[in-house]
Amino acid sequence: MSERDAILGRIKEALKISAPVPGEHDHHAPAAGDLRDFSKWLPRVGSDFVEQVELFRANSVELKTDFRLLDSAADVIRDLEELRVGNGWQGLISHSGKLTDAALAKIELPVLITDGGYDVNAMEKCDAGVTECDFLVAQTGTVVITNRSAGGRALSVLPPHHVVIARREQLIPDLPTAFALLKKKYAENYPSMISLVTGPSRTGDIERILVLGAHGPKKLTVLCY
Amino acid sequence: MITFVKEFKKQATRLTGDLRHRSLIQTALKKYEVIRGAKQAKFQDWQVARQAAAETKWEAINHLDKYLLEFSQKLEARGTHVHWATTPEQARNIILKIVRDKKARSIIKSKAMTAEEIHLNGALEQAGFEVVESDLGEYIVQLRHEAPYHIVFPAMHLSRGEISDLFQRELGSAPTDNPEELTMIARRALRNKYITADVGITGTNFAIAETGMVSITENEGNARLTAALPKTMISLLGIEKVLPRLEDLALFLPMLATAGAGQAITGYNTMYGGPRQPGECDGPEEFHVVLLDNKRTFLLADAEQRDALHCIRCGACLNVCPIYRNVGGHTYGTTYQGPIGSVITPHLRGLQDWKHLSNASSLCGACTETCPVKINLHHHLLQNRRNAVSQQPVWWEKLAFKGFAFLVNRPWLYDLGKKLGRIGQVFHPIVKGTVFDPARNWTRTRELPELAPQSFHELWKERK
Repeated sequence: MSERDAILGRIKEALKISAPVPGEHDHHAPAAGDLRDFSKWLPRVGSDFVEQVELFRANSVELKTDFRLLDSAADVIRDLEELRVGNGWQGLISHSGKLTDAALAKIELPVLITDGGYDVNAMEKCDAGVTECDFLVAQTGTVVITNRSAGGRALSVLPPHHVVIARREQLIPDLPTAFALLKKKYAENYPSMISLVTGPSRTGDIERILVLGAHGPKKLTVLCY
Repeated sequence: MITFVKEFKKQATRLTGDLRHRSLIQTALKKYEVIRGAKQAKFQDWQVARQAAAETKWEAINHLDKYLLEFSQKLEARGTHVHWATTPEQARNIILKIVRDKKARSIIKSKAMTAEEIHLNGALEQAGFEVVESDLGEYIVQLRHEAPYHIVFPAMHLSRGEISDLFQRELGSAPTDNPEELTMIARRALRNKYITADVGITGTNFAIAETGMVSITENEGNARLTAALPKTMISLLGIEKVLPRLEDLALFLPMLATAGAGQAITGYNTMYGGPRQPGECDGPEEFHVVLLDNKRTFLLADAEQRDALHCIRCGACLNVCPIYRNVGGHTYGTTYQGPIGSVITPHLRGLQDWKHLSNASSLCGACTETCPVKINLHHHLLQNRRNAVSQQPVWWEKLAFKGFAFLVNRPWLYDLGKKLGRIGQVFHPIVKGTVFDPARNWTRTRELPELAPQSFHELWKERK
């Protein structure tokens, strides 16, 4: 018998006796409505775009994400130029995509592209990784990416600065919506990595004091138009 | 074995008197309390969210065979190798075989309590492989050759000064008391390891049956790098990590972060469904998932305590536990500390050897109240006590209770006892605290309350 069958066999045997129903030991009143409607229990999100974008902005401030709501593709190009000068960027890495192509077409920097493979040492030397994303989640200030939407697994986490370019219609209210949309978009063939990125890399491992840029990006910039 | 109890008592006595240690832990955990309270208050209904989470885990654990099979088949369908291990030794051998087959020179590892449970690093190092912990806290305790102090905050017991000394000694860095500079020293030291490592090993927070994915929660980005750069990726997990559906994460990710660290959601929550797929530009060529039983099926068979397998390892019960806060994490001598550790360790390592952990509790119930998946923790501590005694009765306890029953069933004898006690306590100060003190175990650290001059019985009689 394989270990798999042995383990599954022990599980089946163990489950012959049924366990007490959950929450029997505490005395909170039962909830009205469907427990699985998580949106009703999770933190509140505004109902329209204005409220949601304000929530994303407030979360970004707390997380130290640099979130910029812009008016046009031209603004994105202008802000990237400002970031290039302000941070003294020498080289970028990105992936081909409608938004990234347009945004980086005129930047006066060498831009590596991860499509079809790349040299990891070259990526390590880049000052920033520029990617697209799947969604922006207002509830938590989260950027949802996959290795398909954001140029692979490493591009958004190895360079010290991650820049996300997104459209306004990619802003969604909450986490249940995010997972429902991921399912709708990818259920036929999921990318091998889906990541919910919330703020720049952080740690509190030394005396619970917040430090940004533990191993991943020290900066996260979201340019949304 | 008596040594586990002895060691526990020795360490507990030492640490409760260590003021430096106490202030470090109290400061860290008070901070946690405040931010956790604020984040929890943002939920529209935290109590219903807990019930929803408890019911979801109940469903997963009580149909574990079905969901585990679905999880493994979905993973295999996309080219992942799924391995099953009954014992820690089997799990270690599976992983050793993979790294040997790959002729690995160096291994990068992200945080995994399951790896601590099976003593994976020791086995890999003994076999001649270099393993580097990449989570900052884990890296620090690895450099100190220590076990994690806390399942979520491994280096909570260390001050920045101690970490600076450690880095000076081990990495030759300049002294600093700035946490940011200390973090950057570790960042620089580890940067190259990601790029040169042949194998990456991770833990797992949730196993999604529906889609065949492991979900990994972290703040630093080290697990993402571990899963992106090395050619081989291994994820290790206990069989209880299963969740039925992908959308369950919409509830569990924020609850784990809120309960565990007072965050709305953790920095990176990443789901991996396989090795690099056709058309993808990076990621490991091979992905191995190792499922570990290690007596979890025994715990599953105990229907009364089965909900202990609902645990999502958020560490909230440690943070609020008055015992943990006073005796600290290393005192337990277990992989999992605090109330959840006291509940499950007797199942994983033997009841008689580890029953003392269930006695080291005030039964205040703070753990049960804080648990995001509603594990009935403090009642399980009581059940462990009951089970330990019924399995192996203690003669003097039995005798003491017989004596007590004899006494309270005879009012004249009980009255006589009270009178003698009142006389006795007049002379008690003479021997108090010395070896002749019959109440020495109590009076060593506490005041003995005085007997009232009149009992309730006597007062009642007078009133008439």
